[in-house]
Amino acid sequence: MTVTVNPAQTGAPVFYVVDEHPHPEGWSTSLGFWIYLMSDCLIFAILFATFGVLGGSYAAGPAPKDLFDLPLVALNTSMLLLSSITYGFAMLTMQQNRIGQTQMWLAITGLFGAAFIGIELTEFAHMIHEGAAPQRSAFLSAFFTLVGTHGLHVTCGLIWLVTLMVQVFKFGLIEANRRRLMCLSMFWHFLDVVWIGVFTFVYLLGVLR
Amino acid sequence: MSPDLLKLIFGRLGLESLPLHEPIVVGTFVVVALGGAALLGGLTYFRLWGYLWREWFTTVDHKRIGIMYMILGIVMLLRGFADALMMRGQQALAFGGSEGYLNAHHYDQVFTAHGVIMIFFVAMPLVTGLMNYVVPLQIGARDVSFPFLNNFSFWMTVGGAVLVMASLFIGEFARTGWLAYPPLSNIGYSPDVGVDYYIWALQVAGVGTTLSGINLICTIVKLRCPGMSMMKMPVFTWTSLCTNVLIVASFPVLTVVLALLSLDRYVGTNFFTNDFGGSPMMYVNLIWIWGHPEVYILVLPAFGIFSEVTSTFSGKRLFGYTSMVYATVVITILSYLVWLHHFFTMGSGASVNSFFGITTMIISIPTGAKMFNWLFTMYRGRIRYELPMMWTIAFMLTFVIGGMTGVLLAVPPADFVLHNSLFLIAHFHNVIIGGVVFGAFAGITYWFPKAFGFRLDPFWGKLSFWFWVSGFYLAFMPLYVLGLMGVTRRLRVFDDPSLQIWFVIAAIGAGLVALGIGCMLVQFAVSFLRREQLKDVTGDPWDARTLEWATSSPPPDYNFAFTPVVHDNDAWWDMKKRGYQRPLTGFRPIHMPSSTGTGIILAGLATAMGFGLIWYIWWLAAASFIAMLAVGIGHTFNYHRDFDIPVDDVVRTEDSRTKLLAGAK
Repeated sequence: MTVTVNPAQTGAPVFYVVDEHPHPEGWSTSLGFWIYLMSDCLIFAILFATFGVLGGSYAAGPAPKDLFDLPLVALNTSMLLLSSITYGFAMLTMQQNRIGQTQMWLAITGLFGAAFIGIELTEFAHMIHEGAAPQRSAFLSAFFTLVGTHGLHVTCGLIWLVTLMVQVFKFGLIEANRRRLMCLSMFWHFLDVVWIGVFTFVYLLGVLR
Repeated sequence: MSPDLLKLIFGRLGLESLPLHEPIVVGTFVVVALGGAALLGGLTYFRLWGYLWREWFTTVDHKRIGIMYMILGIVMLLRGFADALMMRGQQALAFGGSEGYLNAHHYDQVFTAHGVIMIFFVAMPLVTGLMNYVVPLQIGARDVSFPFLNNFSFWMTVGGAVLVMASLFIGEFARTGWLAYPPLSNIGYSPDVGVDYYIWALQVAGVGTTLSGINLICTIVKLRCPGMSMMKMPVFTWTSLCTNVLIVASFPVLTVVLALLSLDRYVGTNFFTNDFGGSPMMYVNLIWIWGHPEVYILVLPAFGIFSEVTSTFSGKRLFGYTSMVYATVVITILSYLVWLHHFFTMGSGASVNSFFGITTMIISIPTGAKMFNWLFTMYRGRIRYELPMMWTIAFMLTFVIGGMTGVLLAVPPADFVLHNSLFLIAHFHNVIIGGVVFGAFAGITYWFPKAFGFRLDPFWGKLSFWFWVSGFYLAFMPLYVLGLMGVTRRLRVFDDPSLQIWFVIAAIGAGLVALGIGCMLVQFAVSFLRREQLKDVTGDPWDARTLEWATSSPPPDYNFAFTPVVHDNDAWWDMKKRGYQRPLTGFRPIHMPSSTGTGIILAGLATAMGFGLIWYIWWLAAASFIAMLAVGIGHTFNYHRDFDIPVDDVVRTEDSRTKLLAGAK
């Protein structure tokens, strides 16, 4: 905010802003969104902690070694990582105001995201079919909840992505839409970071356990 | 209709869910229904619905939302206190073979509802309401960072309160104690709707609380007026900032732990079960990782209120501003390192218990520093014993006792004896009533003239004050004695007749507090009737020091016609001292957010979804969820969310204030 001294009162203390410009729209949005992300991060932190405590409680049921199909998980991980790259391309083209390209990269991001969800659901269905359902042991409860919560976040991200594509289509790359794309971008990359944690601590270390 | 179809439509809700066999509940229902019908009838008769909808329910004005939070808190206080009276009565009577008048099923719901309501729907709304009202004014802002979110947060809190209230008449509430520990709260031991009411009421309200936390942090960080560096913020704004940081960093934990509990109950997972590898103590740990910061969420703003009040009514700058700020920050951080002191008896071993015992004791150091700061502020001050100052002094005396019994409980070996005894009950009521409730009352009497343009009647206020303070001591000092004698909490009947006298004294104390609450309600009514005599035209009835007193009482929609520029901690005091002249010309249109009904609609749908999930009415839950998504997404298609207050309106508002001020001279 600019402070302009009232010329009539120069020398005397200034107690109010005369020439005032309101804060630009979205002045607090990126800070607010960051704080929201951190609170979401805490949700994952607690789920990780729960998995850390209960992850070894197999209750005589299947263990990670019996269940995890690492090549499939690697494929899944690559889907999500690629979607982060393509989202980056969407943001780059947005900076250049190339609306068509932005939409295209957003669509590709959405496809990668959907592929990720699809593979994850296949994995879940397979595990449940083998008798490794969330009810089987505390380990499986913690596993499905942590991985599932991440998947739910990606699903929300997909709904948001589609909404934003419609809004960009209808209203163009106006300031408000750029801000929203920026927020979704942070959300999307955040989910990627969380997934790295899931991949490492749940899958890789799980198989080693 | 076939039972299957009925089940599809109504889930497990049936006529037998209505507690018609409990005369006390039926009587309450009749009274509430008649009162409610009278209220709704009155609103319709006086054609107030349109006004309420336009000016209050859909408002995004932080001041009105703040006032609505306060009303919610006071209404729920009546409910929570009714529960307290019932418990005190039961415990005073149930001796010598008497069963008292509450059966076990009802009594267990009463103590659970009392705790839940008092923390989530009384203390939280009162604290959030005061922060909402005061913080933007203190930092010279026109509103909060996200005004729509503010409205939505408020209605989510109301949604949670509605669910708790519904449990009184439809079905039942949890019978688990206010934190619903498993395995008792698991489906095996609590198959009824009680715990589900608990879960969804807190989840719905929790979303509101978290979002309002994010909102107020952004407001304080981004919307301070020019000149107000962090170390020039009023202390109440500082404590609010720390409280909201605590909210954002702790409520997600509550959300997760309740979500895991609901998975156990609804899906059959094994997080907190006794078998298949589940661990009930995991729940206890997690919920206290939220729960301990929660008590500081409540008390830090109260500390801020006492700081403002002490310096205003002592006519002095606050002693040790910097140390006050650092003490607040230290408490914020330490509050995360003490959770295990709530269950030393878990058996985590001497080293772990010592760590948490020591961290707990360390918290008393910054708290003690604050106490000395207030004392030194009063020292050689010209103290005016107005009501807010009286509450502050009552707080200082009472809170010190509560703090000392807290340090006593922090010693693990002592805690093994006192764990879950009435000594603990006495301790936390000592700090919550002495700290948070007295703080809220100090805040209400202090800022009431700002919000409504007239002061509260001092006679009825003082009557209420003395009833509250004496009632508090009479009600809770006997519990310390009983706790030391080994009486545990949540008991319904007693064998040992020698204990009865203490419970009778406590019940008399509760009766005095009831008189205190009654006097407070009379105070509001009397003050409203005498509003012409009690009128505040200056905007600064207490000769106060911070920016909220620079504008009129009540402030205009836009708070300040010109954004203030700050040079000192006590900005308004500085302005008064250096001959600030209120600007009379040069007004401009002011950019403000527009009202919206989306918040109340979304919260209504969330409440309906909660109700559906509680009663297994799956179609209702699914339909409300989809509707929420649709309304939420639809709202994002509205890109025009603000408007300009025309300059004529600003001029008119400011001119009328000029006339008022001239009349006052």
